[in-house]
Amino acid sequence: MIPALLTLLMCQLAGEAAARALALPLPGPVLGMVLLLAGFAVFPRLVDVVRPVAQGILGHLSLLFVPAGVGVVGHLGLLGQSGLPILLALLVSTVLAIAVGALTFAAVARWTGNTP
Amino acid sequence: MSDFTEIWSYLSQGPLLWLTATLAAYALGDAAFRAAGRRPFVNPVLVAVVLLGVVLWATATPYATYFEGAQFVHFLLGPATVALALPLWDNLAHVRRAALPIAAALLAGSATAVVSALGIAWAFGIRGEVLISLAPKSATAPVALGISDAIGGSPTLTAVLVILTGITGAIVATPLLNLLGLTDWRARGFAVGVAAHGIGTARAFQVNPLAGAFAGLGMGLNAVLTAFLAPALLRLFL
Repeated sequence: MIPALLTLLMCQLAGEAAARALALPLPGPVLGMVLLLAGFAVFPRLVDVVRPVAQGILGHLSLLFVPAGVGVVGHLGLLGQSGLPILLALLVSTVLAIAVGALTFAAVARWTGNTP
Repeated sequence: MSDFTEIWSYLSQGPLLWLTATLAAYALGDAAFRAAGRRPFVNPVLVAVVLLGVVLWATATPYATYFEGAQFVHFLLGPATVALALPLWDNLAHVRRAALPIAAALLAGSATAVVSALGIAWAFGIRGEVLISLAPKSATAPVALGISDAIGGSPTLTAVLVILTGITGAIVATPLLNLLGLTDWRARGFAVGVAAHGIGTARAFQVNPLAGAFAGLGMGLNAVLTAFLAPALLRLFL
């Protein structure tokens, strides 16, 4: 468990450092994900080291958004008078983005003969 | 023996109580989700957030006090994002073969999210800081806040909009994609990751591991693309 945690934290740390140092428009953890993927390619044994802990964390990914979500409750007032139009914009744009994204994926996959 | 108020005032100031409360609220949310036959509208994040919101309001607890305890859970978002490399690695063959559909869906989904949100808000007369804060709402929170700050929005408002977008995406995705008759788990997961970042990705993992892997990929790629698209597309509305 410790080697797995250490691997995840070191990738995140390296990602944060690189994002700052190179002023990249990317969060450190996303860069850390890329680094870990590169690590898997170079040292395939790393996959089995990380697997149990990574699966444990990802199995409850929803839980990790609860603290930030609670923060939102206190800030709903920020929406103020524009609350309703904003919520409508969020709902419609999220529905459209999911639909357009998924339909585009499926259409291009079909044209290029790329089935799962 | 100390009376109840004394014990309460001691416990409510430390991290233990609110860390426990966070896990308990999530356990209840997850139980409700399962009891409802894993239906998407009983979203465990939403249930836990509403429960905790009511408790904090009823006990007049400031968010800062709550966060002292909850930060241990919040911190794990970073390592969890790094851990998304594992499902990606497991499905690398799928990802390599689907490079074209991935690129097309990323561009289409990301641009649709930004333009439609700005267009609808603009049509309702919303301008200025509120409109700007809306532009990066489909990107993962740390990226969205950075973009919002850079283009003249309010990062706090953007944080609210990002979380609401994620919960919306997690709730509407399954019924919407079923309605569209899409059965390709790659397409379903990827679109949800692009439109609804980590909360959408968490939902995708609940449904199917391949969808989860593609959602994580969509979230990561859209974080990069939104940093370029949001400021450019915003100019159309200013």
